[in-house]
Amino acid sequence: MFKKILIANRGEIACRVIKTARKMGIQTVAVYSDADKNALHVSMADEAYHIGPPPANQSYIVIDKIMEAIKATGAEAVHPGYGFLSENSKFAEALSAAGVAFIGPPVGAIEAMGDKITSKKLAQEANVSTVPGFMGLIDDAEHAVKISNEVGYPVMIKASAGGGGKGMRIAWNDDEAREGFQSSKNEAANSFGDDRIFIEKFVTQPRHIEIQVLCDSHGNGIYLGERECSIQRRNQKVVEEAPSPFLDEATRKAMGEQAVALAQAVDYASAGTVEFIVDGARNFYFLEMNTRLQVEHPVTELITGVDLVEQMIRVAYGEKLTMTQDDVKLTGWAIENRLYAEDPYRGFLPSIGRLSRYRPPAEQASGPLLENDKWQGDAPAGTVAVRNDTGVFEGGEISMYYDPMIAKLCTWAPTREAAIEAMRNALDGFEVEGIGHNLPFLSAVMDHPIFIKGEMTTAFIEEEYPEGFEGVELPDEALRKIAASCAAMHRVAEIRRTRVSGRMDNHERHVGENWVVSVQGQSYPVTVAADHDGSTVTFEDGTALRVASTWTPGDQLATITVDGEGLVLKVGKVSGGFRIRSRGADLKVHVRSPRQAELAALMPEKVAPDTSKLLLCPMPGLVVKVDVEVGDEVQEGQALCTIEAMKMENILRAEKKSVVTKINAVAGDSLAVDEVIMEFE
Amino acid sequence: MKDILQELQDRRDVARLGGGQKRIDAQHSRGKLTARERIDLLLDEDSFEEFDMFVAHRCTDFGMEEQRPAGDGVVTGWGTINGRLVYVFSQDFTVFGGSLSETHAQKICKIQDMAIQNGAPVIGLNDSGGARIQEGVASLAGYAEVFQRNIMASGVVPQISVIMGPCAGGAVYSPAMTDFIFMVKDSSYMFVTGPDVVKTVTNEQVTAEELGGASTHTKKSSVADGAFENDVEALAEVRRLVDFLPLNNREKPPVRPFFDEPGRVEQSLDTLIPENANAPYDMKELILKVADEADFYEIQEDFAKNIITGFMRLEGQTVGVVANQPMVLAGCLDIDSSRKAARFVRFCDAFEIPILTFVDVPGFLPGTSQEYGGVIKHGAKLLFAYGEATVPKVTVITRKAYGGAYDVMASKHLRGDFNYAWPTAEIAVMGAKGATEIIHRGDLGDAEKIAAHTKDYEDRFANPFVAAEKGFIDEVIQPHSTRKRVSRAFASLRGKKLENPWKKHDNIPL
Repeated sequence: MFKKILIANRGEIACRVIKTARKMGIQTVAVYSDADKNALHVSMADEAYHIGPPPANQSYIVIDKIMEAIKATGAEAVHPGYGFLSENSKFAEALSAAGVAFIGPPVGAIEAMGDKITSKKLAQEANVSTVPGFMGLIDDAEHAVKISNEVGYPVMIKASAGGGGKGMRIAWNDDEAREGFQSSKNEAANSFGDDRIFIEKFVTQPRHIEIQVLCDSHGNGIYLGERECSIQRRNQKVVEEAPSPFLDEATRKAMGEQAVALAQAVDYASAGTVEFIVDGARNFYFLEMNTRLQVEHPVTELITGVDLVEQMIRVAYGEKLTMTQDDVKLTGWAIENRLYAEDPYRGFLPSIGRLSRYRPPAEQASGPLLENDKWQGDAPAGTVAVRNDTGVFEGGEISMYYDPMIAKLCTWAPTREAAIEAMRNALDGFEVEGIGHNLPFLSAVMDHPIFIKGEMTTAFIEEEYPEGFEGVELPDEALRKIAASCAAMHRVAEIRRTRVSGRMDNHERHVGENWVVSVQGQSYPVTVAADHDGSTVTFEDGTALRVASTWTPGDQLATITVDGEGLVLKVGKVSGGFRIRSRGADLKVHVRSPRQAELAALMPEKVAPDTSKLLLCPMPGLVVKVDVEVGDEVQEGQALCTIEAMKMENILRAEKKSVVTKINAVAGDSLAVDEVIMEFE
Repeated sequence: MKDILQELQDRRDVARLGGGQKRIDAQHSRGKLTARERIDLLLDEDSFEEFDMFVAHRCTDFGMEEQRPAGDGVVTGWGTINGRLVYVFSQDFTVFGGSLSETHAQKICKIQDMAIQNGAPVIGLNDSGGARIQEGVASLAGYAEVFQRNIMASGVVPQISVIMGPCAGGAVYSPAMTDFIFMVKDSSYMFVTGPDVVKTVTNEQVTAEELGGASTHTKKSSVADGAFENDVEALAEVRRLVDFLPLNNREKPPVRPFFDEPGRVEQSLDTLIPENANAPYDMKELILKVADEADFYEIQEDFAKNIITGFMRLEGQTVGVVANQPMVLAGCLDIDSSRKAARFVRFCDAFEIPILTFVDVPGFLPGTSQEYGGVIKHGAKLLFAYGEATVPKVTVITRKAYGGAYDVMASKHLRGDFNYAWPTAEIAVMGAKGATEIIHRGDLGDAEKIAAHTKDYEDRFANPFVAAEKGFIDEVIQPHSTRKRVSRAFASLRGKKLENPWKKHDNIPL
């Protein structure tokens, strides 16, 4: 086996590969840019090598820098992770020329499949059903419009080298085709150093389902079931699961066999993924093949017990697969939620900065991965598994230079229902502060009826959250649990306040039993009767909840039992009350004595200041350009300004027809959140 | 007998209704609570004991003798906040607009005198149209009597003012001399002369809110120490503040049970200081991670944000915190921040509250506006305040401590008890670049040489060890152990006794 491998990547995937390598007794080399000097992958690896400045096109995707690191450290093989150089055939060639093993497929397979146009042709030749589209490259914006009209709107404009939602746009008309072509091209150039663009028909109401394949260099190939990745936002996957709640055994088999056949047609040898679009009638169309480890590979590992990174390393070393298709068994259900540094309340715009608090839920081992002894952490075994693949730590920095993904939280359980429930609980216990992130949104998806029924398509987020995410309204039952918990917590905090020194002896304050809890516009008068192991909280209608918790004032996570059921609340402070976050809701909870509640009811509702005539910067970023001038009349939807943050260009548009009266920013300005960019009449 | 008892009850009922139901409803419709409702929220349930419920004015001019409501527009007395004694007066806007008469003033003076004598805070809830014009100079005399007692109480018992309605003219000077002023947003204002007079004299058009609203006084003038959304929130927060304060200057600050491990390690503090020495970071994260239960009561949050002041607890005991904020003006000292911090330090010293100082200061803000504004004397206020303070003083330098600002920020030389530095600290006369350009003036044209000199200077001085060699830094500590080190330092200082030479009072550069 290899003695030392280099991981040509960063973040969670570098950490993930290091874990398996360490288990296999292989030494690891991390590479890092200036921005990653203190990154987790650097401290986890046995050695680390500096490869340049923060921008990826000056460090992580510069082949010469990686080659230099290999030479300096004597690594025998390279795992490329995903993104960066993972599907760059020139890199694979350079390694081969230097006599270093590439932990990935052969150069020929990367070339054939890495290019979406070539791969589509190959798939057609192999009789795999494909989506209609134009097989050539697009020259310019007008060409894009012409082709789009030929294929028929809606169309998908894609970077040939693209992936992960970068360099991809959907266009519904000529204007959007023009604009989409330009922004795809720019993003592709920035992210991949390859600005080739193509166009295909955009299949409406599709599901995104992909097959994991694993092939060795001895002609053996198997598939490890599918992953359902339909929940995407702007083509970026957010929630994945395995297996798919939609596939039947026959479709699974057909897709799997075609995927393996396609892989073998290009002498594939490694782990790879064949992506399909599946329509409502379970017709599937080949989309593309990713010749690398997918971000969402953990869900496959959790239901099959196969460590895909280990298999990749073994295959790269020349070993034969030790399992056949018959050995592959899908057990239980796994869900992955991607935690992104994107603020769901601000249209999912990137949020960068310091993680002042980062405490993922405790990992827990269970399922096939544990049975096959492939569990990566030293976690206690349970009936559900919790796995968190991450590359960050409390006090670490989410920088503007790289992908905004913070962590991949996975749960496994024997059934889909139980896996979802485990995920809800894990999300409730996941503490992330300092930056905006999509945790509340993920919680909301886990409680969404369409997701629960498994009936989602790739349009799920667009259709279910057309106005963006505006938070969660909890049902009465959940509110009552929270109200009861807060009443009990408030009582604990108030009793502590009465124990301050300097009291008038014999005239201490008596903390009462009657409270009024106000939350989400509801008011719950309750009576709290505390005893040695908890409190009985009785509501006005006579119903009661039994609350027990070890919470003490200051604890930011409250683990509570309400009538025997677990409840995890994130507990913060708001003036005079609690800020409670749970199940995607972000609540202000006030617990008051009846007299306080009576007087609080007299207080006027304050109206938030009017910002409708201002364009506020939705995220910290750089002004790329300002499209309008003072005095311009702007139409609804007209582009006003472009802000670049985390490599993504975000066009800010007019919300309604108006006239620009003042502009406070020019191109090149670096803006903070909520800075006023321009003002309107 | 029963009739006599009933008469007391009847009289009480009348007195409690103040200016009557109609005016109470009007007060509510303005989003304001009545004087008695406010007391209910401020004090522990059923703890209020009233004084002078039946006091009535003595004015016989302008038909005033026809109206002599019991209480005369102010409710006074005492009660407890979490079992601790406080004195309170609450002006009743429903009675003559809360205007101050001779007898109204006497009621306030009575509880001020008791508070000073018995060693408990005075909390004033202000909601008054001003002087009782009908009483003329008697009303002015009343103000002055209150002022004199504010002055005598200063530094003896904490005095807190909550502005919950109008507070104009002479009335502003009583709150002005108390330790803390809080305002209620949208329903309170304070000014010496109102918008009408302003317009007549200077032709300026200004609304009462712009001239003296909560926003003006918390952000621009620094007259107020904080503002709250409404009466309920304001009074809850005053209760919270009182929990931090000693009852008088003879007492140690209060201690309450705590649930936070004093030895708690915060690994994330090791990465708080950015790689780039000029990059900002949020000093509040350090404060919250050091404090018990991340509980911090900030004073003057919206003014001179380049310095942070407020109260936390360590091992359950109150500690005053002063910290430079690198997020704003790079954390430099200037006129506003020096004044803000100096006043806070003096409050802490007056009431035996230990002071924790976090330092990251690149120096004083340069510029004509600062010099013309008298930064020399304002900066000296902070220097003076730290130097005269005899309470336990613990200082942690996290990054920059440059020039005179190093001396000012509770340095060892100002009788600091524990002066710690993080390994990232740079204690020097100025930044490396500036220093090099002075020392090696001859090489100024040669960028390469200057760079080399700068590097030399950085290697020599951009660290805490030069200061540590001289004993100006007692120890260089790991950021992650800051809470533990600071808690232990204060624990060891609980018996500290230090006295300044006898003097009538000092002559701080006001």
